[in-house]
Amino acid sequence: MLIQQLVNGLTLGAVYTLLALSFSLVMGILGILNLAIAELFMIGGYLGFTLITAGFPLPVAVLGGMLGAAVIAIAIEKIGYQPLRDAPLVTPMLSTLGFSIILQNVATNIWGSDPAQLPDEYFGKQYSLGPVNIGEMQLIVLVATVVLVALVAYIVQKTPMGRALRAVAENREVARILGVSADRLTMLAFILSGSLAGVAGVLIALHYGTITPYLGVEIGLKAIAVMVIGGTRQIWGALVAGPLIGIAEVLTVAYGGSQVRDFVVYGFMILILLLRPQGLLGGARSDQGQRV
Amino acid sequence: MSTYYASLLAESGILLLGALSVYIILATGQLSLGNGAFMGIGAYLSSWLTVALNVPLTLALLISAIAAGIIGAIVAFPALRLKGIYLAMATVGFGEMVRSFFLNFDAMGGSGGYRGMQHISVGYVWLWAGGILIAVMLLERSRVWLEMQAVHDDETAAGLIGLNTTVTKIGAFGVGAAVAAISGGLFAHHNVYIEPANFGFDRSIEFVLAVILGGSTVGPGSLVGSLLLVFLPEFLRPIADWRLAAFGTLLIVVLLVRRQGILDRSLIRTLTFRRAAA
Repeated sequence: MLIQQLVNGLTLGAVYTLLALSFSLVMGILGILNLAIAELFMIGGYLGFTLITAGFPLPVAVLGGMLGAAVIAIAIEKIGYQPLRDAPLVTPMLSTLGFSIILQNVATNIWGSDPAQLPDEYFGKQYSLGPVNIGEMQLIVLVATVVLVALVAYIVQKTPMGRALRAVAENREVARILGVSADRLTMLAFILSGSLAGVAGVLIALHYGTITPYLGVEIGLKAIAVMVIGGTRQIWGALVAGPLIGIAEVLTVAYGGSQVRDFVVYGFMILILLLRPQGLLGGARSDQGQRV
Repeated sequence: MSTYYASLLAESGILLLGALSVYIILATGQLSLGNGAFMGIGAYLSSWLTVALNVPLTLALLISAIAAGIIGAIVAFPALRLKGIYLAMATVGFGEMVRSFFLNFDAMGGSGGYRGMQHISVGYVWLWAGGILIAVMLLERSRVWLEMQAVHDDETAAGLIGLNTTVTKIGAFGVGAAVAAISGGLFAHHNVYIEPANFGFDRSIEFVLAVILGGSTVGPGSLVGSLLLVFLPEFLRPIADWRLAAFGTLLIVVLLVRRQGILDRSLIRTLTFRRAAA
């Protein structure tokens, strides 16, 4: 059932897009890989899950997951990034790894390592469009992704704050000389990135109806691949690469067997890195000059 | 020595080799987050050689090291185009591809894993681990190491004064991959069972952690890091459920107060009562 597969792939791709965007907001501006984003996503998922089962409506659950993840993102920035910002790139990356170890352990202790299941009554209606079935949650994921990406694009492209962000991404030192407060913007990038990861977590947890503390590990690495394929420097890349990889994955599972899919995704990522390091949609400029 | 501590000691010897494999590559300014894959190649190849072909273990380890070294050099060639975090992400991709390959490699068990290897003692593990650590420390006193440092500090300048930076970087990758393969072979024969999940992203990260925690500027730093990484969680057993969180916190604290890692040149000098070189 090809069309059904495409729809499922699109939903998975939407989540990749959000998470890839979350990675690239920090990566594009600071050049570091925030490995804790995968765990912010997972924690967001659990918070949303907990709120829904406690009887709160969906918007509250989404907001809860978003705020929770954003608050942790602030802590990570303050404790794990600020003091290390002039260290070699691998050092702050490993401090975010420290946070990811902590968050995973805390989640395991709070919610247990067994998968949590959403009771059946929380699954929304199924709509049939001819031969294709779309769940209510699936629709919400797709719509929310479009809205959130548009929102982030608006913030980054149109607001003074976004202009400053792009200036810092372009050249931190020059931006500082021109009076842009790099510190405040760094914090902003972390908050935006954390919020997105949190929302993505709630959406995917409710869509699948199940969650484990290892959700972040499974999807996080994939999201990094999506970020690279789309290009670490702009937003539209993730919007194209997310659905592309989501669909490619679902199709390889459907027609090639479930285990070749990682091979395909990461192979494609390496190919992009080598042949088009600026990503699918990136312009001519690429920044590969950073030192480890 | 109880078997419990013996197995922890063997584990840290295996981790030491993995850490050294990252250290050698890092010395030329390249960060590899995919060395778990080279470890996996060494584990699978050496296991197959000893189990299916009855090759003696030491020979099997050497063959796997050479094979992984060649693969490492081949991988490094296209990777020369990438730097910094981009190279790191490419090595993540490579690592995941290799893991995925073993997952589908039904001839050697696929996701079910592979077994039948002869068990090796902790002494044999440390013969390799100690030997390679000494070799790395000797390498650190050589001209080759100075060239690697030059590439690490400023590749363009190193090229301008006539160093062959391409050979240095590819060589480091090849040697690093070979050392990781030995680590894998020892792992396989110590645990007498391997599965693809043993050689994933977590493992690669563990290697880097050992190097950065222990000290990324001196070879023995990897020794400190791997002992710490294996034994520390054991000392944290009393707080059983929370020990990973405690470990994560300690990791962040060490990075914050000592970003060069626990061991560096000045600490070695202090410990050995040697005066600083002028």
